[in-house]
Amino acid sequence: MTRLVVVGASSGGIEAISTFLAKLPVSLNIHVIIVLHIGNNKINTFLTQLNNKTSFLVKEAEEKEPIIPKTVYFAPPNYHIQIEDNQTISLSTDVKVNFSRPSIDVLFETAAWVYKDKLIGILLTGSNNDGAIGLLEIKKHGGKTIVENPKTAFSRTMPYTATTLFEPDYILNLEDIAEKIAELCNE
Amino acid sequence: MSKNENILAFNPENFDTQNIELDLLLQAVNMKYGYDFRNYSKAHLKRRILQRLKLSGLNTISELQNKVLWDKEFYRIFLQDLSINVTEMFRDPDFYLSLRKKVISDLKTYAHIKVWHAGCSSGEEVYSLAIILKEEDLLQRTQIYATDINKSVLETARNGIYSNKEIELYSRNYLDSGGTGQLSDYYTSKYGSVLFDKSLSKNIVFADHNLVTDGVFAEVNLVFCRNVLIYFDKFLQNKVLKLFSDSLSKRGFLCLGTKESLKFTSLEDGFTVIDKKMKIYKKSQI
Repeated sequence: MTRLVVVGASSGGIEAISTFLAKLPVSLNIHVIIVLHIGNNKINTFLTQLNNKTSFLVKEAEEKEPIIPKTVYFAPPNYHIQIEDNQTISLSTDVKVNFSRPSIDVLFETAAWVYKDKLIGILLTGSNNDGAIGLLEIKKHGGKTIVENPKTAFSRTMPYTATTLFEPDYILNLEDIAEKIAELCNE
Repeated sequence: MSKNENILAFNPENFDTQNIELDLLLQAVNMKYGYDFRNYSKAHLKRRILQRLKLSGLNTISELQNKVLWDKEFYRIFLQDLSINVTEMFRDPDFYLSLRKKVISDLKTYAHIKVWHAGCSSGEEVYSLAIILKEEDLLQRTQIYATDINKSVLETARNGIYSNKEIELYSRNYLDSGGTGQLSDYYTSKYGSVLFDKSLSKNIVFADHNLVTDGVFAEVNLVFCRNVLIYFDKFLQNKVLKLFSDSLSKRGFLCLGTKESLKFTSLEDGFTVIDKKMKIYKKSQI
């Protein structure tokens, strides 16, 4: 099973995700799935920009799409994104979780159940509480957990909430996260 | 051998105990109550079921299975947990705009129109469609079958009474979808609720229908099923799409949710695309 990296970000997330993905080494054989709280009319422009900045293929996730290495999938605005047992993506219009759809918790939880210790969860900047419980679920299932340093994050609430709930494996400045992923993958 | 018959086989690759419990629970529910959730999205089911575990103070899905089998009231709650009832009027206004432009003109050539709205939930989108048909002067000669697996949401749909909490959003959606009047033309407000005009529902039959186990019940010109198939796995999606295709008359229309698609399904060749983005399809002549 190829390693999966799941990322959650909210306010300040556009910049944070751009920085993170630009630093991610192309040689890594991973797939990345991201929940970013972003409006419907902003996402296409953002994905086009990202595609120019990274050698990974960046796209909006489609219903029942198989997860392919060296690809970065974004949750479509207004849909939850879930990981199925057969390593495909499913979408859902179910009720909002933490006032959010897509919700980071939904992605993190369902990814943890399937990818277990082959999973790395990253919680970035954000001003709500989404993602903390999901990140804990990743830890419980043997995955690695990384939280952006609340002191240097654009918005500290989201990463800080996770640190009050449990002790993440790594608390890192945004610029150092990509390198840690490379290190974990080469272990 | 179909996928379902395989479900209880020994699989050394997959010894996740919780997944075994989940499969057994779904098997039990099907055997005892005839509701077959085995080909629903597992991620969705598991999230809902684990939430119920937490709320009920139970430790394992096996314990929950025990209650589902022996406690009728608990089973009723469990069934509600598994159904999805998130909906809104004129959800995705662009879709309704496209429906007006690309489907309605075609339907106007028919003397009688039959519509099947599958998975209608509490009915918000059924009334949306009825309003469009009324504005296009088609409602009188249209018969709408609105079906759902969940009897309690059908009751809400039948009554046509909704909280006025979301009415601002609905009014905006209505206008964005090409509405020619005001949404308030179609309802009366009372005590924080809105009641939709009975003239809208005169030709609507609300009925209990299970897409997994029930078959074709009428030949229709339009099948409307939005944001239901995403909760099914590929196997069940193909099966239900076949049911829709069998229910459609020649050149009948199929409308899916904006993230659903005929792409990569067994029905891709039997339909032409009318609106790629809004997922409106037309059955081919043969």
